[in-house]
Amino acid sequence: MHKALVAKLLAGTVVMFAFAIFVMPPLYRLACDVLGIGPQQYSAYEEAAASVDESRIVTVQFMSTNQGNMPWVFKPAQFEVEVHPGQRSEVAYYAKNTTSRDMVAQAIPSIVPIGAVDYLHKIECFCFERQPLAAGEEADMKLVFFVDPELPKSISTITLSYSVFDVTGRI
Amino acid sequence: MAHGPAKGITRWLFTTNHKDIGTLYLWFSFAMFILGGFFAMVIRAELFEPGMQLVRPEFFNQMTTMHGLVMVFGAIMPSFVGLANWMIPMMIGAPDMALPRMNNLSFWILPFAFIMLASTLFMEGGAPNFGWTFYAPLSTTYAPDSVNYFIFAIHIAGASSIMGSINIVATVLNMRAPGMTMMKMPLFVWTWLITAFLLIAVMPVLAGAVTMMLMDINFGTSFFDAAGGGDPVLFQHVFWFFGHPEVYIIILPAFGVISEIIPTFSRKPLFGYASMVYATSAIAFLSFIVWAHHMFLVGIPVSGELYFMYATMLIAVPTGVKVFNWVSTMFRGSISYETPMLFAIAFVILFTLGGFTGLMLSIAPSDIQYHDTYFVVAHFHYVMVAGAVFSMSAAVYYWLPKWSGRMYNESMGKLHFWVSFIGFNITFFPQHFLGLGGMPRRYADYALQFADWNMVSSIGAFIYGASQILFLYNVISTVVAGRKVSEPKTWDGANGLEWTVATPAPYHTFTTPPDLSEKEAAAH
Repeated sequence: MHKALVAKLLAGTVVMFAFAIFVMPPLYRLACDVLGIGPQQYSAYEEAAASVDESRIVTVQFMSTNQGNMPWVFKPAQFEVEVHPGQRSEVAYYAKNTTSRDMVAQAIPSIVPIGAVDYLHKIECFCFERQPLAAGEEADMKLVFFVDPELPKSISTITLSYSVFDVTGRI
Repeated sequence: MAHGPAKGITRWLFTTNHKDIGTLYLWFSFAMFILGGFFAMVIRAELFEPGMQLVRPEFFNQMTTMHGLVMVFGAIMPSFVGLANWMIPMMIGAPDMALPRMNNLSFWILPFAFIMLASTLFMEGGAPNFGWTFYAPLSTTYAPDSVNYFIFAIHIAGASSIMGSINIVATVLNMRAPGMTMMKMPLFVWTWLITAFLLIAVMPVLAGAVTMMLMDINFGTSFFDAAGGGDPVLFQHVFWFFGHPEVYIIILPAFGVISEIIPTFSRKPLFGYASMVYATSAIAFLSFIVWAHHMFLVGIPVSGELYFMYATMLIAVPTGVKVFNWVSTMFRGSISYETPMLFAIAFVILFTLGGFTGLMLSIAPSDIQYHDTYFVVAHFHYVMVAGAVFSMSAAVYYWLPKWSGRMYNESMGKLHFWVSFIGFNITFFPQHFLGLGGMPRRYADYALQFADWNMVSSIGAFIYGASQILFLYNVISTVVAGRKVSEPKTWDGANGLEWTVATPAPYHTFTTPPDLSEKEAAAH
């Protein structure tokens, strides 16, 4: 008489375990996308700007951080650009693997002020993918973006910062 | 067929008897209570004065972590499982638990879990030091190597809890005596049934959380690692999806105990039995949809903060129903103040205080100030210690005569109560002030302006700690040399099937189920 009930309860246990590992992480990612939280944009922005607002100039600054003991040289090619909202810009980050082993890196972006997060659109970014560099190899990594013309008037400077992480051997 | 227990150590190793297993659980949890209490004494001794006196900060962090883990998973949870083992079959007229062999297994894996956890203290790099909530990346990227032992200990303790819960659900649903309908069950059985469902729902989520940690640490995944596209905030969501129901897992059986004791010593039936059942169910449901109130500061959107704030406040409604019912049960009752009743009344008062500070913490804008301060520490010790531990003490004094056939010494019981009550309040009431003054939790040192209240709190902690030695003495002296009692009903106001069997409770009870079809329910 207990078998059927115990089987159901055990099945419930297995379902909840699977829920935690296989459902909660993607659900969390989905919720972040829908609610627009988290500064990370994981894929290219696909709509083009409606128009270029030449009456306005926005300064976009670039920063870089090596996370933990990450040994690469990692820095922006230029520290800031001045752009009109809607205008497509292309910049680059320089990276060099200074070690004697092949490595893979991942750059994670962060934008301030927080009110600008929704208005900086990346069309192409090295941060969308991992960057493998062989020992001693160097690379210029491309970033193409534009600032949305809807950017609130109060914001005149946007700072885009990348932290580079060592993800060699990560799944 | 009737036979007594086996002789020697094998009685305890191979037992499938619910009373033996209940006893094992209760003694094990008491041992863990002493161990966790010892860790707490180290914490309070270090905080007695500002500056570093006794231990290194790294070791202090290990103490706060181990104190929390041992108390939650080793002391409180197993103690209520032990109580369930002893009481549920006797309360519903069943001969034993539904799955006696699994019952044996679910107890006997527990000591291994906690030996493994405690052994980390002697390892190179030390024990887990990331707090009992083990937030990533502290518990992954920056964890000591012993974190793997911690993960397996949690897996084993979780498996034990799940097996215990399945057993309880099967017992309650399938083994009630004829006529013992659901709405005639004693409230302790009801609260445990609901708790068991909560455990089955969320212990696997905890297992999932530690499994993901294990994968991140050893197998290169990035569930909680921003570098690989994961997110440490995800850890907090998964953890608190388990963690909030967990606090009700701890407190619901305590509600059940109090709902048994207050009617007995008020000599009145429990006021609002049905509303108690519905309130318990409502609390259990709400516990699943409020978890992010632990995370008001991680950067959730304002709409999210508002939702979690209002949903959390809603819990005060069913909880208020319960407190109202307990007070109404006492109202115009002929109350006597034996030790179990003193603990029960203290429970109602102090738990309600802890509930009020919980309401304060639920207000998202205020929580910005209270978050991670001693105010939170005071809050959850009012509900965990004055809630769960006081109700457990009440339960032991209430049922010990039935278990052992001997009466405890009433004066010694009262002494234990008063020393506990005073020590507890001296310890934790000042922590409200410290928290509101801005003292952060989990630090080995503090600014000078917090010195006075910390010293008071530490003195209180030593008093409270000492009172538990008194508890141990009371239990042992009762079991060994207490006055023998033999009447089935120890308390004249008590109702319920457990008081219809002989005292001390025979090794096997209700081998023939009682027929309750004609009778009014025990709890009414």
